[in-house]
Amino acid sequence: MEHYNMNLTLKVWKQKNAETGGKFETYKVSNISSEMSFLEMFDVLNEQLIREGKEPIAFDHDCREGICGMCSMYINGRPHGPWHGTTTCQLHMRAFKDGDTIVVEPWRAKAFPVVKDLIVDRSAFDRIIQAGGYISVNTGNAQDGNAIPIPKENADKAFAAAACIGCGACVAACKNSSALLFLSAKVSHLALLPQGEAEKKDRALNMIAQMDKEGFGSCTNTGACEAVCPKEIEITNIARLNREYLTAGLASDTKKH
Amino acid sequence: MLDSKIPAGKLEDKWTDYKGHCKLVNPANKRKLEVIVIGTGLAGASAAAALGEQGYQVKAFCFQDSPRRAHSIAAQGGINAAKNYQNDGDSVFRLFYDTIKGGDYRAREANVHRLAEVSVNIIDQCVAQGVPFAREYGGLLNNRSFGGVQVKRTFYAAGQTGQQLLIGAYQALERQVALGNVKMYNRHEMQDIVMIDGKARGIIARNLISGQLERFFGHAVVLASGGYGNVFYLSTNAMGSNVTAAWRAHKKGAHFANPCFTQIHPTCIPVSGDHQSKLTLMSESLRNDGRIWVPKKQNDTRKANDIPEEERDYYLERRYPAFGNLVPRDVASRAAKERCDAGYGVGTTKQAVYLDFKYNLINKYGKAEANKHGIQNPDTETLVRLGKEVVKEEYGNLFDMYEKITGENPYEVPMRIYPAVHYTMGGLWVDYDLMTSVKGMFCLGEANFSDHGANRLGASALMQGLADGYFVIPYTLGNYLADEISVKPIPTTDRAFVEAEAKVNERINRLMSIQGTQTVESFHKRLGKIMWEKCGMARNEQGLKEAIQEIRALREDFWKNVRIPGGIYEMNPELDKANRVADFLELGELMCMDALERNESCGGHFREESQTPDGEALRHDDQYMYVSAWKLNGENSWELEKEPLNYEVIKPTQRNYK
Ligand SMILES: Cc1cc2nc3c(=O)[nH]c(=O)nc-3n(C[C@H](O)[C@H](O)[C@H](O)COP(=O)(O)OP(=O)(O)OC[C@H]3O[C@@H](n4cnc5c(N)ncnc54)[C@H](O)[C@@H]3O)c2cc1C
Ligand code: SF4
Ligand code: FES
Repeated sequence: MEHYNMNLTLKVWKQKNAETGGKFETYKVSNISSEMSFLEMFDVLNEQLIREGKEPIAFDHDCREGICGMCSMYINGRPHGPWHGTTTCQLHMRAFKDGDTIVVEPWRAKAFPVVKDLIVDRSAFDRIIQAGGYISVNTGNAQDGNAIPIPKENADKAFAAAACIGCGACVAACKNSSALLFLSAKVSHLALLPQGEAEKKDRALNMIAQMDKEGFGSCTNTGACEAVCPKEIEITNIARLNREYLTAGLASDTKKH
Repeated sequence: MLDSKIPAGKLEDKWTDYKGHCKLVNPANKRKLEVIVIGTGLAGASAAAALGEQGYQVKAFCFQDSPRRAHSIAAQGGINAAKNYQNDGDSVFRLFYDTIKGGDYRAREANVHRLAEVSVNIIDQCVAQGVPFAREYGGLLNNRSFGGVQVKRTFYAAGQTGQQLLIGAYQALERQVALGNVKMYNRHEMQDIVMIDGKARGIIARNLISGQLERFFGHAVVLASGGYGNVFYLSTNAMGSNVTAAWRAHKKGAHFANPCFTQIHPTCIPVSGDHQSKLTLMSESLRNDGRIWVPKKQNDTRKANDIPEEERDYYLERRYPAFGNLVPRDVASRAAKERCDAGYGVGTTKQAVYLDFKYNLINKYGKAEANKHGIQNPDTETLVRLGKEVVKEEYGNLFDMYEKITGENPYEVPMRIYPAVHYTMGGLWVDYDLMTSVKGMFCLGEANFSDHGANRLGASALMQGLADGYFVIPYTLGNYLADEISVKPIPTTDRAFVEAEAKVNERINRLMSIQGTQTVESFHKRLGKIMWEKCGMARNEQGLKEAIQEIRALREDFWKNVRIPGGIYEMNPELDKANRVADFLELGELMCMDALERNESCGGHFREESQTPDGEALRHDDQYMYVSAWKLNGENSWELEKEPLNYEVIKPTQRNYK
């Protein structure tokens, strides 16, 4: 792989806090190596800004391995940028070329208010999980792990759904800011396992009720979420959710815990 | 004098006896007791959930925006348990023995035996929670093998085991939040412990959104704040992992044990340039199927695939025929360094070795698949294609990650890897109850020093974190709190809280008022360089003495010249970082002192002065069979207390993986 250096123009959303409005600022960075990650390029920019006595850009990140779900940049009109199945932190600069202009914004959704610059508040996701995204089992006295065999196919499917990192890119990509891909991934993960059977109906209903309460929009099946999901969570999870629960569930009333 | 409070009796009965006789708190009283949990990684989330289920009033804290993001999420390869599902001779005793031996005989027998005992409960608990572990076609749980052992006892979920376990613990935790038993404080960073009458009774935390300091009372404080590998700047840890919670606890009287015991992981993606912000692990499980080699010729510039088989040196298989590519991490890391130092390294920097999957892809998986599909005399191409499918299922996400970072396809060309800082065995000293030397302050997970001695075996950190959180602390905390039931919640207007907050405030103001010329990052990088070069994979007296002087000078420079932009009462990631780096600058010195004091080689701690003729680590059990517990006496002045290690069941020998 040939390495190269590049000079870039960045247009980045700056916003002091949730109360004030924000605007784009333009920055120049030079000598960016194609081997850097996108966030390392931001490190270079921030170091430069601090040395010049300016405010660095605040962004969320932690693992930088594509697994914690913290990084969340809207890059050139696409959550997590141009690479398919890739988080912002795993995007590398060889995706860009010398002279490029890159526009970077925070996730935009009513349920994800901006905290500062590129950082948004995603606590709504935690509250959706609190509404039922678990199996109600206390610690201790679980039966032997091999007591219930689970067909490999189901275990694999549950795992694929459980791979969601809760980043919120699906919401950011959706014109209605729906959280249904995130939600359906959790419902599928648990419903596909025998341990999660018992609560599956209430779980889905309660989580959906919470989602609505948080101000996420409704799903109109455009598939924008699936296209940008860094973990390639499949939209069939939404179909499973609809098929199995909505029809049956709407009749029954929602129980609380 | 430190008392490890190891229960009397036979090793295998200690924990059962403890549980049968420890003090209990009745349900009505539990509801009156408040517990603070710092950190919601595997250790903290499991503890907070389990304690919430029991009815305690829990307040849990993390600095990320959600507990689901803790560093534990990144763990890849797996979690050990003595289930013996493979019928390959595993048992509680063998897991116990392997862990003690892997730790090079510097861990406590009683703690490690307990860990091995509860390991089986962890798997059961996680399955019940819906953790989608890998399964065989028959529907039963699958296992893989890890380094330093000869059985298959590692449970896994592709290369995302930490993620799945943490999500399980996170969901259990959120369930308790919904039930009102746990109150979760995200984006809050603990700054200090509040002590009242010699006991930990609360904390001061900084709200990372508003910058405000907040006070919280607890009848006890449980720290589960993770490891401190980021003292080296470059490590496989998440960017935010830090020592601050543990360090502030140390300053309030908690002894810091074995600070120099650091794990350098042999298989990480090498540094590519000065811009490097972190290093990425390629899970140890890859050594199941990958063979490590370098060219037999020095400075060989040919491409890996152009080097014929007979000109490759599979140096681990050559040096350690019994364990081959699966020797423990410390051994594998030093062997890689030895080859690179001797001029056999590969890649542009020559600081790398190959991890090659071709052989097993074809011979192990390809052939098995061909048999399964009844393909007669398959050609290599077919074998590669079939093998790829299996490898993809086992490690697909790791291979993708490698390709995204390096731009090279590891199915086609061998991975380039090099050792990197990964885990810290050292941490706050704890007794059998996991209580630190400060009453009422407990410590779990990577933040404590307890179970791994001088080297941790792969897939044992997840096991320890969950053992501590789900199965140990619920008993041992009760044993302590049983004597606290009459203590009424102390209002946070108490003088102790006011004073602690004032001190934290003063420190933050001092940091902000420096307004020097150099960035926090630049100090962190310089510290990391000193630590890596002089307190890294190989250490010697002269280097360590120099490092101590250099760190002191750097610390002084930091407090004169650091520049932190922005203000205090707003979200300010640079201030958060400065606060952490300031603590690393103190910890680094203690690590070097500890490494200097321990003039032997054991596990990950390799003193060049102490090696066998063929370059293996040489222990000195007659002089160093103890835990080094450092007590802070004044600013950057420490006193060493030694906790002798008594081996009653296992007889320490020189480790041999040949
Ligand atoms: C890349 C990688 C792969 C790994 N793979 C494996 C593996 O396959 N198997 C294995 O057994 N081990 C593995 N490990 C090791 C293992 O992941 C860790 O040792 C373990 O997860 C640590 O868990 P913990 O709960 O102790 O701490 P962490 O997960 O680090 O959690 C720390 C918590 O403390 C909080 N915190 C810290 N300081 C403060 C503060 N001041 N105030 C408030 N909150 C604070 C954080 O927000 C976080 O919630 C791996 C490690 C890495 C880096
Ligand atoms: S479904 Fe995909 S995009 Fe949405 S939160 Fe999960 S990982 Fe992110
Ligand atoms: S920083 Fe963790 S997923 Fe990007």
